[in-house]
Amino acid sequence: MEFGLSEEQEMIVSTVRSFVEKEIYPHEEMVERTGSVPHELGQEIKKKVIDLGFYACNFPEEVGGAGLGHLDFTLVERELGRGSMALTHFFGRPQNILMACEGGQREKYLLPAVRGERMDALAMTEPDAGSDVRGMKCTAVRDGGDWVVNGSKHFISGAEHADFFIVFVATGVDDTPKGPKKRITCFLVDRGHPGFEVREGYQSVSHRGYKNCILDFDNCRLPDAQVLGEVDGGFEVMNTWLYATRITVAAFCVGRARRCFDYALHYAAERKQFGQQIAKFQGIGFQIADMITEIDAADWLTLSAAWRLDAGKPANREIASAKLYASEMLARVTDASLQVYGGMGLMADFPLERFWRDARVERIWDGTSEIQRHIISRDLFRPLGA
Amino acid sequence: MKVLVPVKRVIDYNVKVRVKADGSGVDLANVKMSMNPFDEIAVEQAIRLKEAGKADEVVAVSIGVKQAQETLRTALAMGADRAILVVASEDVHQDIEPLAVAKILKGVVDEEQPGLVLCGKQAIDNDMNATGQMLSALLGWSQGTFASELDVDGDSAKVTREVDGGLQTISVKMPAIVTVDLRLNEPRYASLPNIMKAKKKPLDEKTPADYGVDVTPRLTIVSTSEPEARKAGEIVGSVDELVAKLKEAGAV
Ligand SMILES: Cc1cc2nc3c(=O)[nH]c(=O)nc-3n(C[C@H](O)[C@H](O)[C@H](O)COP(=O)(O)OP(=O)(O)OC[C@H]3O[C@@H](n4cnc5c(N)ncnc54)[C@H](O)[C@@H]3O)c2cc1C
Ligand SMILES: Cc1cc2nc3c(=O)[nH]c(=O)nc-3n(C[C@H](O)[C@H](O)[C@H](O)COP(=O)(O)OP(=O)(O)OC[C@H]3O[C@@H](n4cnc5c(N)ncnc54)[C@H](O)[C@@H]3O)c2cc1C
Repeated sequence: MEFGLSEEQEMIVSTVRSFVEKEIYPHEEMVERTGSVPHELGQEIKKKVIDLGFYACNFPEEVGGAGLGHLDFTLVERELGRGSMALTHFFGRPQNILMACEGGQREKYLLPAVRGERMDALAMTEPDAGSDVRGMKCTAVRDGGDWVVNGSKHFISGAEHADFFIVFVATGVDDTPKGPKKRITCFLVDRGHPGFEVREGYQSVSHRGYKNCILDFDNCRLPDAQVLGEVDGGFEVMNTWLYATRITVAAFCVGRARRCFDYALHYAAERKQFGQQIAKFQGIGFQIADMITEIDAADWLTLSAAWRLDAGKPANREIASAKLYASEMLARVTDASLQVYGGMGLMADFPLERFWRDARVERIWDGTSEIQRHIISRDLFRPLGA
Repeated sequence: MKVLVPVKRVIDYNVKVRVKADGSGVDLANVKMSMNPFDEIAVEQAIRLKEAGKADEVVAVSIGVKQAQETLRTALAMGADRAILVVASEDVHQDIEPLAVAKILKGVVDEEQPGLVLCGKQAIDNDMNATGQMLSALLGWSQGTFASELDVDGDSAKVTREVDGGLQTISVKMPAIVTVDLRLNEPRYASLPNIMKAKKKPLDEKTPADYGVDVTPRLTIVSTSEPEARKAGEIVGSVDELVAKLKEAGAV
């Protein structure tokens, strides 16, 4: 068993980390204050990442990506997790579901996304269908040879900068012994397409500047050429390609936790109360000990899940465990780090309060903690008939 | 023209150094090590010379422990073509002294016949600022130190040097040794394709014996100690109070 990184992996980690420290950190406060990323700054970051060959590094070389495996890509995501998500969005990791593009879709969506010319966003969630994806109400019906879509999506990240959207829509209902079951189809929808509108979403406490939007479909007419994968095959493309994206949440959490931890560690070593460094109070020292233990545990859980994917082993439960544990670890680490800072931890003068706020969404998106626990327990009990 | 760039593995500039309990030096076990920042600038400059068509090969060389291989891979990932590792010690705490390094580099230069050697002006661990100069003396080549600008033009090079009181521009005859300063350039990040290619680039391993050099230390480190802790400051209420305090302290 080998626990070390290869020389290439060490260099990937150190390059991405330096990039985040030098190109992302300096703009973070401005993004927090203004709640958005100026267009030129986003483009500038994107250009640097393209020049470095890291843009769309999660895509295979045949389509112009760097062909990184799951483990290598997880290391990239982990280092990016240190920085503001609103800014690292421009580091460009398009949804790998675009690999399902066929024929003309490749030149129109896949290749420009990999080249950084067009950005994507992915839309599943609706006001009445969050964890229960299949409960979606957004519907497409046949009209002549086309599809006519009606309904709404909300909480759609990256929509502000997206040139096109990967949208899951109900295209029928099957009667099954367990009751009616919706059929789902995945569509590619261009920004500005008639009948399709992107609206401002809600104000979130997490990841300021990384906005979420609302998508409205009002008799939006789409030809068959816009179907990604097969008609009624939405769940297949989802399961094939979105299976591994939860790992990126886990990796983000580990990277962010390490950055936050460094603040707590050094503050505890410097801050003096009662005539000594607070690190010398066991109450603080033990919190630091717990933090690093949990961070390391989450790191290994995450990397080993990615390793399983590379090895072609089943990884559904392991990915769920990594996402669950890393996101809950980040909540504890950001909270405890803020506590170490005392009153100053709450103040916007330090990034601790931001880390603490940002951490909250990690337990919700890409499948809530409850849904991850559901996946894990079903994986264990299903074979036992329970 | 071939450019030779010596690179040293040193304690990372972000690491807060700690003196070993016995005062024999700085603790290097389990601390992050990186390429000496001045050497990174030298590698960058060499690659720029190659990109400008003024150099055709960039060779990085490191002298030290086996782990300096990582430092060389970084140079290769930045864009150097090949690397030479001279394993001169097994102990991470043994610093190879500038004269020994310069003698080994002379051996490498004799073998490789570069037209230019680009060194960092000093290593940030021991701040010796000697290797480039010693190498120039051993080779009998011209030298330009503390370069903040470098313009190679055929048989000569213009070196702008950062000296006390401003900038000095000199012309040196090639081949030459140039030691580089902080403001010469801003080193690039290793690109992902170059990181992937680095492993496939040749890295030759040598020993000091291959160059007939004895690396036994000639200097004795008597003791190493932490800098004296900075005394707490004092906040004064007014300019008058400041002046009074300074007078009291005999500073004005
Ligand atoms: C900032 C932000 C950005 C987002 N970006 C995107 C995006 O880009 N694209 C996209 O499609 N979606 C996005 N989402 C949606 C996200 O994936 C959903 O919020 C998430 O799946 C939860 O759905 P919900 O918010 O509707 O909560 P609900 O599903 O309504 O859940 C409410 C509560 O009930 C619990 N619950 C639900 N079902 C069960 C069950 N079976 N067992 C136990 N407990 C259960 C949940 O765990 C939760 O605690 C984003 C969300 C946020 C907040
Ligand atoms: C919004 C806000 C409003 C406030 N309003 C007022 C006000 O109106 N008037 C006023 O006087 N003060 C006020 N305070 C100050 C507040 O009471 C202090 O923040 C609090 O007492 C903690 O002190 P500190 O922030 O300096 O943290 P520190 O005392 O520096 O503590 C840092 C960390 O070390 C820990 N620690 C310290 N000593 C020990 C020990 N012996 N053993 C174990 N752990 C230890 C702490 O628990 C904490 O986790 C306010 C603070 C805030 C944030």
